[in-house]
Amino acid sequence: MWYKSSVFRWVYYLLVGVWFGIVMTKSEAVSWFRIQEMFHFQSFHMYGIIGTAVGFGALFTFLMKRFKAKDVFGNVVVPEQKVRHGRFNARYLIGGTLFGLGWALTGACPGPVFVLVGHGIWSMTIVIVSALIGTKVFARFHGQLVGG
Amino acid sequence: MQGLIDWLSQPWPWYVSGFMIALLIPLLALYEGKPFGVSRNFRHICAAILPGKDAYLRYDWKQEGLWNLTILLGAVLGGWVASVYFNPHQVQLSAGATQLIAHWGIKTGNELSPAFLLETDFLFSIKGVLVLVLGGFLIGFGTRYANGCTSGHAIAGLSNFQLPSLVAVVGFFIGGLLGSWFVLPILFKF
Repeated sequence: MWYKSSVFRWVYYLLVGVWFGIVMTKSEAVSWFRIQEMFHFQSFHMYGIIGTAVGFGALFTFLMKRFKAKDVFGNVVVPEQKVRHGRFNARYLIGGTLFGLGWALTGACPGPVFVLVGHGIWSMTIVIVSALIGTKVFARFHGQLVGG
Repeated sequence: MQGLIDWLSQPWPWYVSGFMIALLIPLLALYEGKPFGVSRNFRHICAAILPGKDAYLRYDWKQEGLWNLTILLGAVLGGWVASVYFNPHQVQLSAGATQLIAHWGIKTGNELSPAFLLETDFLFSIKGVLVLVLGGFLIGFGTRYANGCTSGHAIAGLSNFQLPSLVAVVGFFIGGLLGSWFVLPILFKF
């Protein structure tokens, strides 16, 4: 089948990315202003977006599980499970708080950081390089921080 | 085609945006059973260019992540297409947000991104370094620590009723409120 070919597969993921970039832009989720507005509870806009996305996301996820949906390659879809971390899920709270701080400062979460490079906001490449350094530092201390 | 471009060029109501984001979940799941999650790409890039001896970065990143990195490349392209052809500069901030941001000394029009992100005076100032370098570091370090970001936890994780994702999202807001209410106002005083 043509849609299972290696070439189509790469084109497909590229187009999903293009769609993601367009949607992040049109939703204004890439806007530093919108992020500050959200954290100051000055508009429903971002909450409406996240709420609708989770609502429909939950519906799609439920339907795929309920009907044991198979993907194009014939495998049953298994939505990703997040592994618990200790009694209080500490890594999620600590890591989430650190990321939230970075999100507020830069006004961009990881997807929008890349989308903004496409907008010509080239200073986001500084954010990307810094994020890779942050990733490397986490990797160095991975064992001590989250165990294993 | 022109109709599509016209539609794409108008501001989107929040429920259209939310639905379009949610569509990414079945688009990825039903093609090849893949999860929606952007920040794991930081790990893939690190594993590709500087794995060193860290066990966390020693895995087959091509097998695990080349599809996701392709999405990332597409996201840059999509950002370019949208910014050039789909007129994103009609952002209608609330009066409250406009006032708040003006109070910080930052100009707001109906632009999507603030001008200071491209001003050399800002980029070479201490606050510029704190916003971009420290902010970027926290994005990389924090999303790996939390094992996900807005896409993986707030969208995909909550959609699948994962408790760890809810905890992560609570964290996102604790950090975000600290950053937006305390850190940024102090930074923009200088």
